Amino acid sequence: MEQIFMKGCEAIAETAIRAGCRFFAGYPITPQNEMPEYMSRALPRVGGTFVQGESEVASVNMVYGAAAAGTLAMTSSSSPGISLKSEGISHLAGARLPSLIVNVMRAGPGMGTIQPAQNDYFQASKASGHGGFRTITFVPGTLQEAVDLTYLAFEYAVRDHNPVILAPDGFIGAIMEPVTLPDFKEIPETPDWAAIGYGKRGHINLIKSGGATEAEQQEINESAAKLYERWTREDVMVEAYHTEDAEYVFAAYGTSGRICKSAVDELRDRGIKAGLIRPITISPFPYNAFKNLDDTRVKYIIDVEMAIPAQMIEDVKMGVEGKIPIETVLSSGGNIIRTSDIIQKTEALVKEG
Amino acid sequence: MVNLEFNVEACKSCGFCVKVCPKQVLSIGEHINKKGYRYAQSDNPEECIGCKMCAAMCPDAVIEIWK
Amino acid sequence: MEKIYTRPNALNKSVSGYCPGCMHSTITKITAQVIDELGIGERTVCVLPVGCGTLGALYWNLDMVISAHGRAPAVATGVKRVSPDSVVFTYQGDGDLASIGLSEIMHAANRGENYTVLFINNSIYGMTGGQMAPTTLVGQKTTTTPGGRNPDTDGFPMKMAELIAQLTSPVYVARFAVNTPAYINKAKEGIRKAFQNQLDGKGFSLVEILSNCPTTWGMSPIDTLSYINDNTLAEFPLGVFKDREEEQS
Repeated sequence: MEQIFMKGCEAIAETAIRAGCRFFAGYPITPQNEMPEYMSRALPRVGGTFVQGESEVASVNMVYGAAAAGTLAMTSSSSPGISLKSEGISHLAGARLPSLIVNVMRAGPGMGTIQPAQNDYFQASKASGHGGFRTITFVPGTLQEAVDLTYLAFEYAVRDHNPVILAPDGFIGAIMEPVTLPDFKEIPETPDWAAIGYGKRGHINLIKSGGATEAEQQEINESAAKLYERWTREDVMVEAYHTEDAEYVFAAYGTSGRICKSAVDELRDRGIKAGLIRPITISPFPYNAFKNLDDTRVKYIIDVEMAIPAQMIEDVKMGVEGKIPIETVLSSGGNIIRTSDIIQKTEALVKEG
Repeated sequence: MVNLEFNVEACKSCGFCVKVCPKQVLSIGEHINKKGYRYAQSDNPEECIGCKMCAAMCPDAVIEIWK
Repeated sequence: MEKIYTRPNALNKSVSGYCPGCMHSTITKITAQVIDELGIGERTVCVLPVGCGTLGALYWNLDMVISAHGRAPAVATGVKRVSPDSVVFTYQGDGDLASIGLSEIMHAANRGENYTVLFINNSIYGMTGGQMAPTTLVGQKTTTTPGGRNPDTDGFPMKMAELIAQLTSPVYVARFAVNTPAYINKAKEGIRKAFQNQLDGKGFSLVEILSNCPTTWGMSPIDTLSYINDNTLAEFPLGVFKDREEEQS
């Protein structure tokens, strides 16, 4: 298959179209503007619809409407915009509507800066809105992975009747890399549950994001919990890089993950047995990858994140269950983690013995 | 000849139909429906001219009319 | 004998959850009649708001989408854009449309979305227990304006039909009342026109309908009829504020 050179945001957008997405609504915010811009050009060419919403709030609710009418739909934004979309994401999850939300993460909180960061870990993995719902949340480390995960995201959205979150940091969104794009999927028939008019169906469809009674709401929550449970058994994705004999194991995802990979290679050249556990899904989180580490061999886990304070470290701790000490190498504010900082920290730990 | 049919279980006793009837055909009766409302009734059906104002005014589509 | 007044099929057989004398029921009924008469029930999607109008979910015999508070115009945009053969309408109260959803309604109107908006204005938040709405009358007592709405601090009632009629895209913007049989007939014709415009692909139509809330206004249903006549109509004049058809003819 042909490889082409693409920018992260554009590769995600093109893949979404190939995965069957035919509706996009979004609002300008840096650093994800290339995605709505690309969609405004590309979607009409395949009979799809692009709408520039008047706000993030409106955009995600347009996605809610398009999804309710049975069309694969997505929106994208960046951190402050995702906060605004969190209302709609909660409603999408409450109504169990297939959809994709892309958060090209920038530094925060508040306005933060427009540069890449990983400060939205908790929001993306645990609380993208009110009401205690979950999504599958992908955190790509390369553009090819971003492409593959975008394609998979729509499959999971349809399979689970649930929104999926793709959370590349701003670095992944902005860089260019060669990618192999997937084939165009055939657009499926409008599903039976969609609200487009009852037609010959013989019954009405009601799309709603809450229960009419306490009992119904609890049933909705229980059914969702079963789905979330299943993800933890079946859908965890993680890359283990040189962990078989590693004494120093990095925990890092996205851009931090790819930087740690370089650090692992360089440390191994220097005779230090380093390895990397790189979550590809942060919801469900790969707890077992950490749980299964041999605590008689692994001396340290080094949590590397572009977030201060560290966030993923909470999940790493749950996986490690206190058996291995955890250190950190962190940056934030839009500063990219430096390989040299990771190496320095590791060598210092080695010296300590 | 006009025939008014009341879906009395849907009546909430608001009295709009009684108020707008130009011929004073209707009243709120003494009987109570399942929701606890005294429902509208036709006292003088022979006076009804079939103007449909009661049915138009009724929020709850209680009244259906044959002529 | 011929049946000359029938309960519409676009409503199901259940009794609505609206309070006695609530004009939500009236407006829902005449809208359902219009849908029946146009023969469009099987391809109609009703986008419901948050507020008392949400109770329509138990009442309409139509496909429905319940949206987040104020977002019905955005949700309807999504539905209509991907399913243009569906007849789409939003059914929104004044808290929903004129307060929290102000942005969504203005921009949907400005884009000229080809759907129909029914705006039910009863000058108060009914579902939450009678708080001030953007449409609350000056001096009107609510649970958050215990001394009556004071324009110095609370502003004046917002006239949504007039505001939206200022935009270029909308094709039909009008305000009606339903507190007399004659007004009800006129409102029904306005609603019909707003749907017909959509069927003809003309674009955005908004019909504002002045309504009541006996429960939070603290008066009998009958008394609300004269209150609307004496107070609401003085603030919110009835009429057609924009009609593209008439502009062109």
